[in-house]
Amino acid sequence: MISNVTTDSRTGLETREMVLNMGPQHPSTHGVLRLEVVTDGELVVKAIPHIGYLHRCFEKHAEALSYQTVIPYVDRLDYLASMNNDLGYAIAVETLMGKSEKTKIELSDRVEYIRVVVAELNRIASHLMLLGTFTMDLGAITPFTWLFRDREYILDLFEEVSGARLLYNYIRVGGVSYDFPPGFEKKITDFIDETLEPHMAECDDLITFNKIFIERAADVGVVSSEEALAWALSGPMLRGSGVGFDLRKDDPYSVYDRFDFEVAVGDGRYGPIGSCWDRYYVRRLEIDESIKIIRQALEQMPDATEPDEVRSAIPKTVRPPEGEVYVRTENPRGELGFFVRSDGSANPFRIKGRSPCFCNLSIMERLSEGCLIADLITILGSVDIVLGEVDR
Amino acid sequence: MEALATLLAETTGLTGVPHIVWMIIGGLTAAGIATAVMGVTPLLLVYVERKVSAHVQDRLGPMRTGFHGLLQTLADAFKLLFKEQIEPEQSDKLLFVLAPGVVFMGAFAALAALPLGMGITAADLNVGLMYILAMTSVSVVGIIMAGWASNNKWSLLGAMRSAAQIVSYEVPASFGVLTAVVLAGSLNMGEISAAQSGGIWNWFVFQSPFGFLAFVMLFIAGLAETNRVPFDIPEAESELVAGYHTEYSGMRFAFFFMAEYVNMLIVACLGAVLFLGGWNGVLPGEPVFAGIPWLLAKVAVLMYVIVWLRWVLPRLRVDQLMTVGWKVLVPLTMVTVLGAAVQVLSPPSTQIVFRIVAWAMTGVVVLISIRAWRQTAHVPIRKKELASRAVA
Repeated sequence: MISNVTTDSRTGLETREMVLNMGPQHPSTHGVLRLEVVTDGELVVKAIPHIGYLHRCFEKHAEALSYQTVIPYVDRLDYLASMNNDLGYAIAVETLMGKSEKTKIELSDRVEYIRVVVAELNRIASHLMLLGTFTMDLGAITPFTWLFRDREYILDLFEEVSGARLLYNYIRVGGVSYDFPPGFEKKITDFIDETLEPHMAECDDLITFNKIFIERAADVGVVSSEEALAWALSGPMLRGSGVGFDLRKDDPYSVYDRFDFEVAVGDGRYGPIGSCWDRYYVRRLEIDESIKIIRQALEQMPDATEPDEVRSAIPKTVRPPEGEVYVRTENPRGELGFFVRSDGSANPFRIKGRSPCFCNLSIMERLSEGCLIADLITILGSVDIVLGEVDR
Repeated sequence: MEALATLLAETTGLTGVPHIVWMIIGGLTAAGIATAVMGVTPLLLVYVERKVSAHVQDRLGPMRTGFHGLLQTLADAFKLLFKEQIEPEQSDKLLFVLAPGVVFMGAFAALAALPLGMGITAADLNVGLMYILAMTSVSVVGIIMAGWASNNKWSLLGAMRSAAQIVSYEVPASFGVLTAVVLAGSLNMGEISAAQSGGIWNWFVFQSPFGFLAFVMLFIAGLAETNRVPFDIPEAESELVAGYHTEYSGMRFAFFFMAEYVNMLIVACLGAVLFLGGWNGVLPGEPVFAGIPWLLAKVAVLMYVIVWLRWVLPRLRVDQLMTVGWKVLVPLTMVTVLGAAVQVLSPPSTQIVFRIVAWAMTGVVVLISIRAWRQTAHVPIRKKELASRAVA
């Protein structure tokens, strides 16, 4: 890109805009995003995101795999919220199967509740990660480690239930791979009551309401609600701008309609609505809401009656009837949609993922105009991208 | 130095040697001791920094190298010593090599005028304070050299930020120092300390509310001049990778690193000598061991605060940094200088009012600090949590 050369009228000196190449290897690009930043001193004139460094042809790969074996690939999209990805994909395939009476899959209630519990736990883990990295982008290092010990505990729980710590392959078409081990429900409630909730209060003390933090994050990267809708933002990016749209509430899937919870929206407590601080705080509040959902789900969850209850009787090879379906679920980062088209064979004819991060990242170029370099990092942190999902 | 030369002449019994020789030997000895002591202190300080950060962050920190990791920094120093010193291809070689030396020299030269105890100074200058201020500002030249010579845009940005920051914060730092000068009526470090003898109530922080304010301002300005959080924008890791020393490796990097710690030490020493009574003890009377333990204790407390702040605060933005510097610190420190002058000129009967206000202000700030400290002190993983993890 050719940078502009301007001549100062007073001194006659030539000034040239500097092109900074931020990433793909940079501490704050959250993976392998590359930002081409045109700067005028500390000011950012323009920042153009370049993506594709983590492109792994997920959609094309999926066409060569059977429906069940796509799940590990789905895990690797948004690797911080694998459970939520699995859930979205599993529901998509199950809906497709349900198009014909012959292939319809009946799920037991227990499966639905297990799915909700793990998905919400994963949402908490994912948000903890974001709160940590976002504050780290702003120069505070300690919140990151404090929040990570809680995330570690959630990973421990997942390890116990699925055998893996990051990419679980746990939620399958027709159920989940294993039932909860004995006493697992108590472990979750103990963790929430004794560790997570007090630690969240500590986190608020340390960083959320820190004066410097508020000064840095409020008033930066403001997205108005009209703009958020126009750019097709979703998840905390949209709710941070004051639009209370949450698929768990507005288009409930699984058993989400059975829980009583609030949709957290940005209220512009400090500065205008839709600032980076609002987006941060929406995620912080969503942790509380997820805790509510988990508590209710564990309460309502029926006890296991037979050993194989969590795996519905489905044929070894999943063959959905011909047809297509689009299912959207609320990922921690926004609306995760799966379009699945079947030609009646054992492999999907086409899978397309609607990635929330990809859409949210699109506003980056607009937000970065005229901000400071430090703000650029703040904005990028608050968008909360996972490159695995942007590039797919 | 004078005292040391006389002492040397007397103890060796060589009366024929001219006094000037003894002066040179004495000066070299004192400088040698100061450099040796201060050369080792960064090692110790890095260890302390690691341990404090670990305990704030609920970690253990270095534990394997020596007793509780005591030798870890020594091991790292050796590692840096043997590492390759990379020079970027397009860099300005001469400036690139010189820069760490300039930064290092500026920091260490300032040590010469710092009193370590009653009458223990490498160079007992009558304008010691001015000398220290001048020497600490030399390092900014080295930083700009490093940023320019590296031929790296991140380094350049870091250097520019550093220049702007140090130049801005020199002003409030100088005014803060001037307050002590006004109160003591001398520029000599030793005399300023001596002016605060006779018990804790004679320390400038307790003697005058303006002294206390100036102390706080000087401390804040000192944080900015040493590039410590919340003013670490020149090396803001998440924004500028590593700022002006991005391209440095091996011992050259270590020089920057050591200079940073020595600068911290100078700030702590300045604060202790100018406002916290220097080598004077809490009670009136001659301090033990020329007051070295007292000075060290005060420096240690200030150092702890500097380190602790780094691990609990986020970073300011460039423009906010300038706002704090020019709109808050500069006017306030001007007021403290004027106030100190008024106090010095006001009749002795009114002094008690000043003292009461000073005690009240100091008390409030100390209490707030202790409360904040208790909230962030996470001295390794709490027992209860450990127990619950063992069950898991």
